[in-house]
Amino acid sequence: MKKMKELKILAVVVFFTLVTYWGVEPYAHSVMHKHVEFKNFKYEDLKPISAKGDAAKGQALAAACAGCHSIKAAKMPAPMDPVTAAATYGVNPPDLSLAGAVLDEKYLAHFLKDPVHTAMVAHKFKNRAYPMPPMATDDQSAADLVAYFKSIAPKEVTPKEAYEFACGRCHEMRYAKWTQIGEEPKTKPNIQTHMNEGKLKFDEKLAKYKDHLVKYLGKLPPDLSIIVRARSEDYLKTFVEDPQAQLPGTAMPRVGVSKEGYEKVFKYLEEVGDPSKPKREAVGPWVIGYFIIFSFLAWLWYKSQWKGLK
Amino acid sequence: MAHFDPNAKPFSHQWMNDRLAIDTLKRVLSTEYWIPKNINFLWAMGMVLAATFGVLLISGIFLLMYYIPDTKLAFDSVNHTIMGEVGYGWLWRHMHAVAASVVFLIIYIHMFTGIYYGSYKRGRELIWLSGMLLFVTFSAEAFSGYMLPWGQMSYWAGMVITNLFSLGSLDLQGLVEWIRGDYVPGQAFLGRFFMLHVVLLPLIIMALIVLHFGTLRIPHVNNQDGEEIDFEAEAEKWKAGKRKEAKVIPFNPVFMSKDVFVLGIYFIIYFYLVFYHFEFAMDPVNFDPADPLKTPPHIYPEWYFLWSYEILRPFSKNAGLIAFGFAQVIFFFLPFLDRSPNVAPASRRGLFKFWFWALLIDMIVLTIMGKVPPIGIYTTIGTIAAWTFILLWVALPFITKLEKPIRGQK
Repeated sequence: MKKMKELKILAVVVFFTLVTYWGVEPYAHSVMHKHVEFKNFKYEDLKPISAKGDAAKGQALAAACAGCHSIKAAKMPAPMDPVTAAATYGVNPPDLSLAGAVLDEKYLAHFLKDPVHTAMVAHKFKNRAYPMPPMATDDQSAADLVAYFKSIAPKEVTPKEAYEFACGRCHEMRYAKWTQIGEEPKTKPNIQTHMNEGKLKFDEKLAKYKDHLVKYLGKLPPDLSIIVRARSEDYLKTFVEDPQAQLPGTAMPRVGVSKEGYEKVFKYLEEVGDPSKPKREAVGPWVIGYFIIFSFLAWLWYKSQWKGLK
Repeated sequence: MAHFDPNAKPFSHQWMNDRLAIDTLKRVLSTEYWIPKNINFLWAMGMVLAATFGVLLISGIFLLMYYIPDTKLAFDSVNHTIMGEVGYGWLWRHMHAVAASVVFLIIYIHMFTGIYYGSYKRGRELIWLSGMLLFVTFSAEAFSGYMLPWGQMSYWAGMVITNLFSLGSLDLQGLVEWIRGDYVPGQAFLGRFFMLHVVLLPLIIMALIVLHFGTLRIPHVNNQDGEEIDFEAEAEKWKAGKRKEAKVIPFNPVFMSKDVFVLGIYFIIYFYLVFYHFEFAMDPVNFDPADPLKTPPHIYPEWYFLWSYEILRPFSKNAGLIAFGFAQVIFFFLPFLDRSPNVAPASRRGLFKFWFWALLIDMIVLTIMGKVPPIGIYTTIGTIAAWTFILLWVALPFITKLEKPIRGQK
């Protein structure tokens, strides 16, 4: 009887605790954040491209890309350094080596035909030209270019490379020492003057680059170091898939990553933003196991002390 | 003149006893500190709170080694240095954050246990009052700690809460600036809240914990039936070996053995939260660095402040502040607003039974409404719940005055 009463009291306490938790966490958040359906990076608004691509023809077409982009995989260097490129275009155009590996095939084909609408940034380019002109006149040439980019893309792309390609020219990640113009140099201050000339020079370039970026986008895109803690997993994937759905009017383009490409990017965001995850999972069971044994021994002690009291 | 045995070896039992009266201390504080036998696990919440405070203190000391109270460095010292670079820094931070949230859950359970069983009456008024002082200091401690990571919610919650001190239409901007040390939250603000969080408030809390324990010693702990126990007579029975007949048990080891068992179960749940479910205690918004140019779309306090925040929100500026002030202090008056002489569980106390559950449910409704945006139906529910809270307290003296004395109680 006595024991039942304690369990009943416990049930009451647990019930009210859970109701409160439900109200302030899942329920309140469902009210506060609008729900955006996740579409699995299928880009269903874009028509499927039926034309079969020819990589060799694509290679010939890609020569025109090299006017602005580097294609390191094809040994084509960047025509300008990042700061000059940003001064010219607003942002440094990406190296295209990974385009075939990280971006969705269908998205890429449409992007080559109609960049501004495919990237969903028309609202930002009403009175000025989008720096990327259409590079494919029809489905066939788009498919050829896609075939070419797929042929030069590496088999394995690391999460870091995927991040640098898809996000890294606009978003810095200071906890990984990543800036929009590349990794922070490992320069040391002069031991006599305490001045770090190499860093100062790098920072000057970075400052200029950021100025151009702010002019281009309207504001500096956020640092993504701990974005995995600041936004939910669901928000991040639906936002990357369709930025306008989550944040109407944002300058963030639809980048067009494929499902696998996004998984790589997310993995990197998680590695940098939540580095303790593997350790948590390793240590957790031991600590909880310890307290289970502790509680069992404490229960034996409690039983021995309260024996014959009632 | 005390007698010191010259033959006692240093630090021997006799030597220590002559100097520190350790036998007496042990008897008074532990082996002959009598606790009623008729209690349930809710009576262990005091020990759970003490242990959680210990966890907060120890984890806080570790965090203090790397935390930098500088508006430019604070965010990264927490989110990068402690979370990524220092060995097990993440563990101390998650333990600190989860304990800071859970401690309020236990405080509320502890408070509602006291209200339910009437443990604030008949000699126990000071237990309640010192406990309420602890609640207020813990609230200040939680708020000041929340400022330290200097994230978006730190900054904007700091802005909103310090703005309250302009006291509505009195428009005391000078007072607000004096509290902040600046026109807006900045370095002076962070520095003083850091001081409050790591020095002044913990000292006050520790002093109040001693006072809270002290207030318990003479009236003793209440029991499940509110029965008035003659502790001396019952203690004699126990000492005579009548363990079954005695209504009391010694704190150590009998009461302790149950407390330690409850603590064990509590720590299983606590560490489950620390390792696998810490998000509830660490709001995502605070992982964006403080940005004075960008107000977050939703500003809300941590869950344990939501009910009083919701009492502020539905009213106009001045009325809201008065209602908020009322909510902050009204619990202090509980022992004097309850006019019934009965010390008994709420279930045996007529209208008070309904009052208790109404208060509990109303505060949960306020808590949930405090978090959702104040739009449409939520504003209506919030306003009704805020009025209900006020009216419940206004009604308390009348309904308890009507209460019939329970037979067998004076």
